[in-house]
Amino acid sequence: CYPWAGSRLSRDSVALRRTPWSRPPPADAGGTRWVLEEIDNRKINNSFLRDHNYATEADIISTVEFNSTGELLATGDKGGRVVVFQREQESKNQPHRRGEYNVYSTFQSHEPEFDYLKSLEIEEKINKIRWLPQQNAAYFLLSTNDKTVKLWKISERDKRPEGYNLKDEDGRIRDPSTITSLRVPVLRPMDLMVEATPRRVFSNGHTYHINSISVNSDYETYMSTDDLRINLWHLEITNRSFNIVDIKPANMEELTEVITAAEFHPHQCNTFVYSSSKGSIRLCDMRAAALCDNHSKFFEEPEDPSNRSFFSEIISSISDVKFSHSGRYLMTRDYLTVKVWDLNMESKPLETYQVHDYLRSKLCSLYENDCIFDKFECVWNGSDSVIMTGSYNNFFRMFDRNTKRDVTLEASRENSKPRAILKPRKVCVGGKRRKDEISVDSLDFSKKILHTTWHPSENIIAVAATNNLYIFQDKVN
Amino acid sequence: MRGRAGNSVEAEMAGAEGEDSLYPIAVLIDELRNEDVQLRLNSIKKLSTIALALGVERTRTELIPFLTDTIYDEDEVLLALAEQLGNFTMLVGGPEYVHCLLPPLESLATVEETVVRDKAVESLRKISQEHSPVDLEVHFEPLVKRLASGDWFTSRTSACGLFSVCYPRVSNTVKAEIRQHFRTLCSDETPMVRRAAASKLGEFAKVLELDYVKSDIIPLFTALASDEQDSVRLLAVEACVSIATLLPQEDLETLVMSTLRQAAEDKSWRVRYMVADKFSELQKAVGPEITKNDLVPAFQNLLKDCEAEVRAAAANKVKEFCENLPEDSRETLIMSHVLPCVKELVSDTNQHVKSALASVIMGLSTILGKDNTVEHLLPLFLVQLKDECPEVRLNIISNLDCVNEVIGIRQLSQSLLPAIVELAEDAKWRVRLAIIEYMPLLAGQLGVEFFDEKLNSLCMAWLVDHVYAIREAATCNLMKLVEKFGAEWAQNTIVPKVLGMSNDPNYLHRMTTLFCIKALSEACGQEITTKHMLPVVLKMSNDQVANVRFNVAKCLQKIGPVIDSNALQAEVKPVLEKLATDQDMDVKYFAQEAISGIFSLPLFRVFLLDFTFTLNFVPMMSRNEYRF
Repeated sequence: CYPWAGSRLSRDSVALRRTPWSRPPPADAGGTRWVLEEIDNRKINNSFLRDHNYATEADIISTVEFNSTGELLATGDKGGRVVVFQREQESKNQPHRRGEYNVYSTFQSHEPEFDYLKSLEIEEKINKIRWLPQQNAAYFLLSTNDKTVKLWKISERDKRPEGYNLKDEDGRIRDPSTITSLRVPVLRPMDLMVEATPRRVFSNGHTYHINSISVNSDYETYMSTDDLRINLWHLEITNRSFNIVDIKPANMEELTEVITAAEFHPHQCNTFVYSSSKGSIRLCDMRAAALCDNHSKFFEEPEDPSNRSFFSEIISSISDVKFSHSGRYLMTRDYLTVKVWDLNMESKPLETYQVHDYLRSKLCSLYENDCIFDKFECVWNGSDSVIMTGSYNNFFRMFDRNTKRDVTLEASRENSKPRAILKPRKVCVGGKRRKDEISVDSLDFSKKILHTTWHPSENIIAVAATNNLYIFQDKVN
Repeated sequence: MRGRAGNSVEAEMAGAEGEDSLYPIAVLIDELRNEDVQLRLNSIKKLSTIALALGVERTRTELIPFLTDTIYDEDEVLLALAEQLGNFTMLVGGPEYVHCLLPPLESLATVEETVVRDKAVESLRKISQEHSPVDLEVHFEPLVKRLASGDWFTSRTSACGLFSVCYPRVSNTVKAEIRQHFRTLCSDETPMVRRAAASKLGEFAKVLELDYVKSDIIPLFTALASDEQDSVRLLAVEACVSIATLLPQEDLETLVMSTLRQAAEDKSWRVRYMVADKFSELQKAVGPEITKNDLVPAFQNLLKDCEAEVRAAAANKVKEFCENLPEDSRETLIMSHVLPCVKELVSDTNQHVKSALASVIMGLSTILGKDNTVEHLLPLFLVQLKDECPEVRLNIISNLDCVNEVIGIRQLSQSLLPAIVELAEDAKWRVRLAIIEYMPLLAGQLGVEFFDEKLNSLCMAWLVDHVYAIREAATCNLMKLVEKFGAEWAQNTIVPKVLGMSNDPNYLHRMTTLFCIKALSEACGQEITTKHMLPVVLKMSNDQVANVRFNVAKCLQKIGPVIDSNALQAEVKPVLEKLATDQDMDVKYFAQEAISGIFSLPLFRVFLLDFTFTLNFVPMMSRNEYRF
């Protein structure tokens, strides 16, 4: 249905906006001043269309992920497309252009499907993208929708063979009797072409919807997680996977808990965690047994009885879990907070940060408009000192773990010009609204920031706000 | 050839005109870059033809450079290319020029697809032997170094497989460099490379001088065996086998054993699994003394491991381990150390463990002798024969022959029979099918007398099973039984029962008679077939069910060659001719097939030569048009 599906864009086919630097503003609470570089998903995907003024459902970005060097950034959307951006190479005459991300490749990763046995539509929406460690000049990523994980190769080609025996350069067939000598084709340089090719399709491993994929540090396996099970795959074997966790009760009516996310430890190949809808995290050791139904650690914060309400269970459901780069800490996101856990302390989190506590009084209406079930993700910065997660009204939050300062920023075109410094935003909680503050009632709950990613070593972040991708970097003078 | 369009058709026509034409080669060269993968693959597989036509000079200067850059292609094309290049030495001008094959293989050795890389390494190893010692140092060894210090781990993993082939043939200085490179790769930052190095450690150790094995390999081995990644540690176990074989007995304890002991108790079940899986090899490599002192307790632990996968792997090795124990203390060791663990495994909670044990446990009887078998093993066999899991029971039954040799089958039969009967009547047809497949084997072990007495009725009952697959297997089983017990036995016991079924009211059973006759005719021979079976078949040609009638025709066609020619002309022919005018279309068809099958001899046979590329211009004919 997409005329551009699978089309190959050359590296420079989409021009990027470049705007001059603006005046230096005051430093923000996170200690870093963020400037904007913005990419509109509609423009990328609809670069063949004239009308840029509408966004379809398919353009909504559903995942965003930097690769291990930060040179590439991938987004997936509800239309099953993956767009890969590449960072501009450093050049001497335009030093400030370093950091801009240009479209490198776009391809249709998943197509809508129909499961005839179960009469179910399988959406093409990309749920997660994970990059593989680089193994040769090509790049590899895993992308998944609800059911099928695919391994994609993104590679460059800059040579083309020339010279045929049986036809001319322009394709006319030669008379066979005129062939008196043989020609071996010769490779000639050509314009750089970036190709995305599907290398493996890992299908039929999941009965329920896949919510996470995670590549193991042994570079040889990865796991895929659905609501009730976790499967372990070898990256080269598509017809066999091992089920390592299964929490499906014998009787589905006894179901009280589902798996919401899972991730491998960044260095220990045998360790992984998974979070549940009940607000707990289980850490499993694959060395102990082939089946990891029994966890080796169980992280849970005892509930505060005074705060108990109808919504307690819903808002304690964990929507994302991430290991810190060091492997020492875990971060989890539930509806109102983001928590940092020390792997060595199971009883309670080390740190708890309120993301938007002002919503506590609005839970009832958030329940009614289903927002309470939104799945916010969370990310670490490269040195594990700052964490970031999303909120409503295109706001996203950062917490500095050392200084305990926090900041609310907004990803929007209206309020931040490219190359301008982002202004911290405040939500007014009490009665009196100060200037520059926004009252809770005027927050737009349809503008949510669910997916964000942080460059592995630098202060560059990518924030997906519905169909727009915003890339911010700290201001360097 | 059908379905090939465009160029190939033209190729055929051109080929018909003149055999010296360059046309077919031109087609092959052009198809190296055809859109269709299949055609590209086809061309790559005929690369030698192209090279031959180009001559060594142009192959070196034009074809090989082109191939070097062809790494963008599909895996299957690259795989074929990597393989072809391993046999290309003569086509580039012999050993003197073999080094010009290195560039394309080098780029193939860095692709991401493991099978392609492995094939490229295999070809590199092959052509390394064709390098002169000088060329090896000038061309081959630098390539190994380049790969070993490549940016990407694909190239470094490929390098691991090349050290051992060039090491023995280079000078001492280069040898030192190679050892240094291998050391570096063993501590590579990526687990992929460490795994590759660990898996080649044993092979590399074999080509090293013993002193270097001790000074270089042992530290690497120890390091890899305590790698943080269990996927690396488990490969060190494999290397342990080769290293232990190389070292003199007195060094084993100090250099290898502590690492091995550590591996057997590793925190990760995958490593322990590997130890269990390689146990027999390890046992042979370390020799009898260490086996007695170290491996016996280690084996006991593996049999009692908390992870079922490990127990199953160890259980699989019970027989081999016991067999290889030093003869002087074998029996005591088994009785006091191994057997108690085995006894526990018989009632293991995991059925894979039990079934692994069941597949080898019978082998212990030959090692332990009659008395011990009767006293200790027999009770275990009986427990396993009654196991709830059919696979366990089957594994026991399929290995009965070893016990038979030791204690005689009579002793077993009393308990064996109920178990077999139970399996034979299992509600799952796959279980029944499996037991049928063991019947001929069992019959051979038990002898005619016992078989007639106890099992014959079972075999006949399967013929009327309600599942077709069982009936089919049952007829096949009868054939094998007849082959074992002879035609006379068949005539007395089986044939009457089979023929009796031709009057069964159920047409499926009547058809079974026909299937049986088809299967048995050859084994029973001309006399029984003509005298006893043929009349029944002919009578059934009047059956009211068309399916039976056309099976009569098929049956007659099959047994035709066994029947004597008089009966064929006098009895079979009229019946088939009558069936050929049957009102049912299928009956007619099969009757005609049978008539032409039996009564017309083939006039000639065409044998096709194996065409290589010339297949392209066999004029106006495709292989499919030859019919045998």
